[in-house]
Amino acid sequence: MGASLKEIKRQSVAVDKTRQITRAMNMVAASKLKAAQVKMENFRPYAGKLMEVFSSLSGRVVSTTNPLLAVRDSGRIKVIMMTSDRGLCGGFNTNVIKAVEKFARAKKAEGKEVSLIAVGKKGRDSFRKKETISGQYIEELSRFDISLATRIAEEAISPFVAGEYDELYLCYNEFRSVASQKPVMVRLLPAASLGTGEEEPEAAADYVYEPSEEELLAHIVPMYLRVLIYKGLLETSAGEHGARMVSMDNATSNCEEMIQSLTQKFNSARQAAITAELMDIVGGTEALSAKG
Amino acid sequence: MADDLMLEIVTPDRLAFSDVVEEVTLSGSEGEFGVLVGHVPLLSSIKIGELNYTKDNKKAYYLVGEGYAEITNLKATVLVESIEEAGSIIVEEAKRAKESAEARLVGMDKDDPDYEKVKKSLDMAETRLKVAEKM
Repeated sequence: MGASLKEIKRQSVAVDKTRQITRAMNMVAASKLKAAQVKMENFRPYAGKLMEVFSSLSGRVVSTTNPLLAVRDSGRIKVIMMTSDRGLCGGFNTNVIKAVEKFARAKKAEGKEVSLIAVGKKGRDSFRKKETISGQYIEELSRFDISLATRIAEEAISPFVAGEYDELYLCYNEFRSVASQKPVMVRLLPAASLGTGEEEPEAAADYVYEPSEEELLAHIVPMYLRVLIYKGLLETSAGEHGARMVSMDNATSNCEEMIQSLTQKFNSARQAAITAELMDIVGGTEALSAKG
Repeated sequence: MADDLMLEIVTPDRLAFSDVVEEVTLSGSEGEFGVLVGHVPLLSSIKIGELNYTKDNKKAYYLVGEGYAEITNLKATVLVESIEEAGSIIVEEAKRAKESAEARLVGMDKDDPDYEKVKKSLDMAETRLKVAEKM
């Protein structure tokens, strides 16, 4: 009995230590999430403005010479996949990985080749043996700015211009709320036909364009790509912290439940031990008095 | 203040500047140009270079990254990827960057994949120095 009491106590202490860790991780994730959300918020005006100009320009210019708008079909596809570097964040990474797997399978069934650019260690590790990974960005998400998006975009653009592949997709977890992230797949290249069919404001027609509309578009398409990639990075980082916060919160309350049940077990075991001891003593005295 | 132009500078990190100014000078891809209130509506690309504006007869200098400017009658919106105040540029650092880029360019083949990159960082360092000198 005594050994079991000790054992229960030991377990309960261990669970309590785990609880302390998960709670700390939850708090860290919460503060990082806040910073990531501020970053997302600050990026919105820039992204919004650029999208506006891009769609108005791409609607006006019927360009065939811009290499980034070229539609080809030689059957090679590239996917930028964004995951986190660290785990312990629920199904956050698994969801993106599954989405990419499904996408790759479908494209391969059409006889196309798929290669990946991996952002984040988790995604890279899971595809290392299965797919061609043409580029990787590991341990970059803890601290990044638009220059990371620039680097990724550059790596994707030059082989596209060289005709090494025809379509570029981006897969990441869209940040819907702290508790909800959903993987999305967006086509980045060729960048055409992104004009969502929205009506163009008449006033835009009066602009003087410098340099020409087409050259301006050529200048803005890479910026537009960087904006989409940066947006993906921001949402991935916010989503990672959100997902971790939620899963650590769950872990903490699971620990608390376990501690409670262990405490109960400990108390009843202790009670049982006391009762057994008492029975011994009572039994002993009874025996003595019966003799006397 | 009918003669004033609303200037907004937006970067990916924040709304860097929003105020009325008397004039703003931008480095367009076709060269430097000044904007006063009542400018014709214009959409121009911006290259890495100097941006300055005049407010209360005082000039302020900045170094901005790539982007574009949208100008209407009363308002200039500048979207750039980065912005640095001229005063915050560390001259020593820029000089060192320039020297190292120059050293790398010596004997470098024009077809080298890094050539463009090094050239760009040299341009950046030179522009930095130029803007810093205005302080």
